[in-house]
Amino acid sequence: MHDLIQYVQSYLDPNVKVTPGAAGNMFWAFVYIMLVFLGLSVAVIAMNWLERKILAHMQVRLGPMRVGPHGLLQPIADALKLLLKEDLIPAGADSFVFWFAPFIVVLAAFCVFVVVPFGPQHAITDMNIGILFMLGVSSLSVLGVVMAGWASNSHYPLIGALRSSAQMVSYEIAMGLAVISAILMTSLNATGTGTLSMIGIVEAQKAQGEWFIFKFFPLGLIAFFIFAVAMVAETNRAPFDLAEAESELTAGFHTEYSGFRWSLFFLGEYTAMIAVSSIAVTLWLGGWLRPFPNLLNSPTWDTLFSYVPGATFLFLAAICFYNVARMPKHPYFRIQTMGLGAFGAALALIGLILFIPVVSVRVQDIFWFTAKVAGFQYLYIWYRGTFPRYRFDQLMHLGWKVLLPLGLGVLILTAGVGLLQIKS
Amino acid sequence: MPDPTSLSPLDLDTPDKTFLDANELIINMGPQHPATHGVLRVILRLDGEKVLGLECVIGYLHRGVEKIGENRTYAMFNPYVDRMDYVAAVSNGLGYCEAVEKLLAIEAPPRAQHVRVILTELNRLTSHQLWLGTHALDIGAITPLFYTFRDREEILKIFEKYCGARLTTHAFRIGGLQYETYSGFEREVKNFLAFFRPKIDEYEELLTTNRIWLERTRGIGKISAEDCIALGVTGPVLRASGVKWDLRKAQPYANYKNFDFEIPIGENGDTYDRYIVRMAEMRQSVRIIEQAVDALPEGPIMAKVPKVIKPPVGEVYHSIEAPKGELGYFIVSDGSTQPYRVRVRPPSFVNLQALDTMCRGQLVADVIAVIGTLDIVLGEVDR
Amino acid sequence: MTPVATPFFFYLLAATMLIGGILVITCKNAVHSALALIVTLLAQANIYLMLYAPFVAGVQIILYAGGIMVLFLFVIMLVNIDRAMKERQFNSQWWVGIIAATALGGLFIAVYTKGKSIFPERIPSIAEGENTQRVATLLYGQYMFAFEIASLLLLVAIIGAVVMAKKRI
Repeated sequence: MHDLIQYVQSYLDPNVKVTPGAAGNMFWAFVYIMLVFLGLSVAVIAMNWLERKILAHMQVRLGPMRVGPHGLLQPIADALKLLLKEDLIPAGADSFVFWFAPFIVVLAAFCVFVVVPFGPQHAITDMNIGILFMLGVSSLSVLGVVMAGWASNSHYPLIGALRSSAQMVSYEIAMGLAVISAILMTSLNATGTGTLSMIGIVEAQKAQGEWFIFKFFPLGLIAFFIFAVAMVAETNRAPFDLAEAESELTAGFHTEYSGFRWSLFFLGEYTAMIAVSSIAVTLWLGGWLRPFPNLLNSPTWDTLFSYVPGATFLFLAAICFYNVARMPKHPYFRIQTMGLGAFGAALALIGLILFIPVVSVRVQDIFWFTAKVAGFQYLYIWYRGTFPRYRFDQLMHLGWKVLLPLGLGVLILTAGVGLLQIKS
Repeated sequence: MPDPTSLSPLDLDTPDKTFLDANELIINMGPQHPATHGVLRVILRLDGEKVLGLECVIGYLHRGVEKIGENRTYAMFNPYVDRMDYVAAVSNGLGYCEAVEKLLAIEAPPRAQHVRVILTELNRLTSHQLWLGTHALDIGAITPLFYTFRDREEILKIFEKYCGARLTTHAFRIGGLQYETYSGFEREVKNFLAFFRPKIDEYEELLTTNRIWLERTRGIGKISAEDCIALGVTGPVLRASGVKWDLRKAQPYANYKNFDFEIPIGENGDTYDRYIVRMAEMRQSVRIIEQAVDALPEGPIMAKVPKVIKPPVGEVYHSIEAPKGELGYFIVSDGSTQPYRVRVRPPSFVNLQALDTMCRGQLVADVIAVIGTLDIVLGEVDR
Repeated sequence: MTPVATPFFFYLLAATMLIGGILVITCKNAVHSALALIVTLLAQANIYLMLYAPFVAGVQIILYAGGIMVLFLFVIMLVNIDRAMKERQFNSQWWVGIIAATALGGLFIAVYTKGKSIFPERIPSIAEGENTQRVATLLYGQYMFAFEIASLLLLVAIIGAVVMAKKRI
């Protein structure tokens, strides 16, 4: 008990700047794991709702409107439905592999978050090989896809699995090259050695006073672009959703899956989307750093930017209240109206808490990181609403003949420019 | 060893298949498949993802429409033809009514002819809209579907106001029209045209210059003009291959000869050209409707048709340019109240024959694109 | 960072590796063998982590578990498993196997009992935080030439594979 109090006190001390993993603090590490897991689950639920709503509004329709106010509870209803459905295992399937495959996808997707830095001390741990670990573990999810496709013992899943394994393996190379060029930039310091640690990468951007996307313009931008394309391919999302191309392979590798096991794939896919977006944010968009860290770096600006998280929540709450006012005045909608009001009130409360300086200093880095990741999630949805699907050979062509040479070129140029900078 | 492409896809027992040759797959696409536009079943023979050959299995939606025709009177059979190509029901009705009128040697009055042209061209728009939406959906762009369905709704509203039905309209009668147009018909059609013109640009904006769309459609499912003619392919598919053949110009029916419009043609006969041709056809249809509405004459809407239709003994073949190609009706009359034989030449059925020619050597994803670009309706293929 | 429950994790991982290894050679289904091999490789990566070699562990995961094994599975899936199951297994050379295993076991026992003088008592521990940087400095400093030669060799292998696989270039 005494230890516990000590832990809490050490956390509240604003001078502590280490992650619980690095400090060897088991209790806080556990709390962090739980928080990240919870946050991710909420994020996936929110993504589900947002994707349907945003896509619907892009396509001149309303999207879910029935379950809860503006369909806010629809993801929960869907999750319940999926849990209650029968878990089918086809007769000809390899039952153990079939049973096990979704877990690998989910495990790989969640495991990655061990090293994602939500803030200088808001990470479960800081690994010396952070980015390597992220790329490695997220590449393991392809195993789950391949196993699922093979174990289903059916043609469509098999083709889907073959497509996705070829796709993921080849886009990993372009992705890796883009990542390496960002890592090279971290070594432009006094000692001349860079770092693979996720926190170290962001610290390097802070020290150099520049997000890597703007570094050596346009080299950083090109590397970021390569990564941004490769990460969509890596997560099998439109326009690279060949592995589950609905109109060609019915549902690709998860054609034979149903109920809970299918929803695990779904969970894995969305978590992986968030994971690769966090890599992109960490490497190029300054991680938890607020916008314009070097241009507007007076204390006044710091204070102003520290109000943004609270203001955002208040803005969301205001949208809720506006919609409460717009709700039809009919007894049928009474509970929905009250629910929406309560949701708005909760958001407003969070917003007000975020205005307390002690709180906002500790959590605004989480806010900036999450906001940047959310931007990527919006991009994902936008792509899906806009682009037709690539064909398999065109996808391979893009990966091997466009992105790979481009990545190599950017890598060599970055190294050259970096050398010149060190020399001068 | 025989050339693998010459084998039928159903030819399962390939000789000396070795341990590593197992990547030759036979895949059953359909009849339950999201992208076969109904209950088409395609048996694909694949080498990896490359199509070595394919065979279509049809008949899952066979209702025996032609046989039903032999057991109904001429007027009673009219609603049945709407159920063949259910996305272009008005065209089906026009073809049938004109065929029977030809048999009876009567002609619909000018006002009826004009209204027929307006409704048929509106129907061509709905058919092309549905094609565009589903075709884009097959290639993976989900948004155009909702755009086209939003605008299609406006046309369906006009149909609904005119005859009460939205899909299987049964709009025409033998000898003219059953209903006079509702008040405000011309205004609403004109409003629609003003509304619809920018919408075509909107569709084109989403797709025509989209890089992925170009890559997915250029050079895909190519078919030469000779192949088209040899296979009897008609409609936009034929025109995209560079043959300027449109029955509205070639053998004018209704009163198309009074209207000024062009026949858009393509050059390469690939999926992209078919897309361009259909988009241009939508613009031409708008042009025709505009002229027809402006010149809508007053007058009777029905010709003098006997109460009991008993055509003289004889036979007639009449064909029209349906949205999907040449839609022909061959009717044999034995002088009784019921046709002796009705035979329909459906464009979808004939166009579907070209699928194998167009898909050989392409990839699985292209098969989907080609099925979409052929614009088949299984109700018409199977009848 | 202080290590936690090292002996427990070592034995756990070692047991996982051994079981995985045995499954690799005993499974009749090639896909199951490949999956068991992946488990073995992952356990090995964790042992590297415990040895304060995080870079090697990361590379092990990316290259072996994520890259090579996926390609393995890719090929195995294309092979007709049912037919492969019926084919004669190549594990009938019991005598050679037993002799080789005994020799290897003898070597291990010899090293374990007599080898204390050959190997140092304990390795001077390198701080975990610098491990990757050390590897990089050595690789790109002292062993630059060897590293480049190795990469050239791999390039030759890639070109050779492409030439052999592609019928016409």
